[in-house]
Amino acid sequence: MTRDNNSHSDKANPGIKPPPANTVGIIGWIRKNLLGGWVNTLLTIISIYILWLALPPLFDWALLNADFSGSSGKECTTNGACWAWLDQRINQFFYGFYPPESYWRVNLSLILLLPALAYILFENLPYSKYGRWFALSYPIISALLLLGGAGLEVVTTDKFGGFMLNLVAGLAGIILSLPIGIVLALGRRSKLPLIRMFSIAFIEIIRGVPLITLLFVAVIIVQLFLPPGVSLDQLVRVMIMITIFASAYMAEVIRGGLQAIPNGQYEAAQAVGLGYWRSMRLVILPQALKISIPGIVNTFIGLFKDTTLVIIIGLFDILGQARLLQTNPDWMGKVDHETFLLAALFFFIICFSMSRYSINLEKRLDTTNK
Amino acid sequence: MRLNLIRFAAMAIITLLSFGTAHASTLNDVKAAGHLKCGINTGLPGFAFTDDKGNWKGFDVAFCRALAAAVLGNADKVKYVNLTGKTRFPALASGEIDVLSRNTTWTFSRDVDLGFTFLGVSYYDGQGFIGRKSLGIKSAKELDGASVCIQTGTTTELNLADFFRSNKMKYEPVPIETNAEARAGYLAERCDVYTTDASGLAATKSTFKDAENHMVFPEIISKEPLGPVVRQGDDQWADIARWTLNALIVAEELGVTQANVNEKAKGTKNPEINRMLGKEGSMGKMLGLDATWAVRAIAAGGNYAEIFEKYLGTKTPLGLSRGLNALYKDGGILYAPPIR
Repeated sequence: MTRDNNSHSDKANPGIKPPPANTVGIIGWIRKNLLGGWVNTLLTIISIYILWLALPPLFDWALLNADFSGSSGKECTTNGACWAWLDQRINQFFYGFYPPESYWRVNLSLILLLPALAYILFENLPYSKYGRWFALSYPIISALLLLGGAGLEVVTTDKFGGFMLNLVAGLAGIILSLPIGIVLALGRRSKLPLIRMFSIAFIEIIRGVPLITLLFVAVIIVQLFLPPGVSLDQLVRVMIMITIFASAYMAEVIRGGLQAIPNGQYEAAQAVGLGYWRSMRLVILPQALKISIPGIVNTFIGLFKDTTLVIIIGLFDILGQARLLQTNPDWMGKVDHETFLLAALFFFIICFSMSRYSINLEKRLDTTNK
Repeated sequence: MRLNLIRFAAMAIITLLSFGTAHASTLNDVKAAGHLKCGINTGLPGFAFTDDKGNWKGFDVAFCRALAAAVLGNADKVKYVNLTGKTRFPALASGEIDVLSRNTTWTFSRDVDLGFTFLGVSYYDGQGFIGRKSLGIKSAKELDGASVCIQTGTTTELNLADFFRSNKMKYEPVPIETNAEARAGYLAERCDVYTTDASGLAATKSTFKDAENHMVFPEIISKEPLGPVVRQGDDQWADIARWTLNALIVAEELGVTQANVNEKAKGTKNPEINRMLGKEGSMGKMLGLDATWAVRAIAAGGNYAEIFEKYLGTKTPLGLSRGLNALYKDGGILYAPPIR
């Protein structure tokens, strides 16, 4: 019975009392979750003690005792954090070496990303028909904005950097690795031996090699196979490698989802006369992908964090910028923790959002009977 | 064993790569591209770092700028390619860069076996150790059993092995990718001592809050002549780059500075200055450049002394004294052949 029914019957039968005050609301939650049984109570006390030990000094260090102004590390004289560099350097942490007069192009493509993402991620938005088309063309629009051409000043990819570079490389990898992963997963379960063997070989070889090795191959060896005079953009090479690496993992995640679908579903789809592609599209994949959401998002988060490896090709993502500031003689030795903390914060925000969205998506698509 | 395998693989790749690229004239390529592709560090205090505007600065960067000024007439026409200890040689061999100016030690095998040409020595360094005074030792020879933070893929790694083997001591390496991480690792006591070039040790120590509790041990266990590098097989390009470096050193010797170089280029009583700055002789033409190549190289960032003092010297946070890097007549060993 639901609570509505209860309250309704309360009026009808005044003899039934509401639940005791100490089992509902905040007090009830605390009693149940934090103080339920002596083990929980002990854990709660220990946790509070650890937080009490750790948080106030951290707060003191990061904010209360911190230095916020100055033009070099020497001016950070307190024992707290040194945030004086934020003022001058925050742009480089965001945009890398992108020309400052063109920052608006990065900002604009970032702003456009929000509606594009919204139209893909959420249903029931107004104008969703046009919105979907906009979302589909977004990669082209943003590539044009970021790289230039068609009237805009051209910016080469070696000027990309900072958190914008993480976003560009991460998003490109995420957008491309899901469809490639689906195709590979289907290929691995295909009845056609050639396709199956190709998929297995691709997945196993890529998964069997560390990402950093693939990146070295992309940076150093690919040059060998290209005809003289032709050179593929370094960032593109790295993005391709990150994408195929994530695709191989994605394929296995989705294959797990496919295997969880009972045979009855395949047979039922055949029984109503659906061919392979339609049965996959209408019956199997929607269920398999739904099951795989946690694994897919897991791979996305891993991929996003792997974008920090662009340092291998001498590009400075947000982590690279942090290290770069640490080697500036004016700041050397003063900003090690602060810069890493900032980079970690950015990554945490993005990765945590992805994880929350996936939980939201799981709940929305949940069709099991509970 | 593993190191040998890796080195063998690296050499095989480099050999393969150099077949493809050892054809054209680098000078023409650079002129056609309109910019110099210069390989530099991914960040090393004093040698390569960025300012607030995102411009590259530093001792190694200054050489790139001088060379670009000599060849292209504009010190800003440099495309910097940032390289790690592992990617620098393949990048040079594959033609991705025209010159490598990345605190690279000149050694026999790099020069002979890898097929590169070292242009000279721009900085004489040597490897040392820094450790806590609380270890209670006074010399690196007492380090038996110590754990050592070390950057991978560098000559430092090999020197360390040699030093401990020849002194019959054991050590536990703590391999680390960059200088900043090594410093952090050392401060977090992941290792007893940290080893790198003496210039790096001085810079590192200057950043410690409790510098008085640390000491640099007196032993310098290696020779580390650092200098710019080009691919073997293009002698004209090697000559241009080598004499740009020499011109900066000779300029210090002759008192030609960034401030007075344009004045002196109009002609002086000293024939050596006149030859270098293109007033007499035809040095520029011999190199395949115009007569005032050295004027531009010096005007780009000053002579050797000016560059050194600006990025490494005692007035900078690194606070390095000239030491071995003083001119031969000032007690150092910096000695450039005459421009004649």
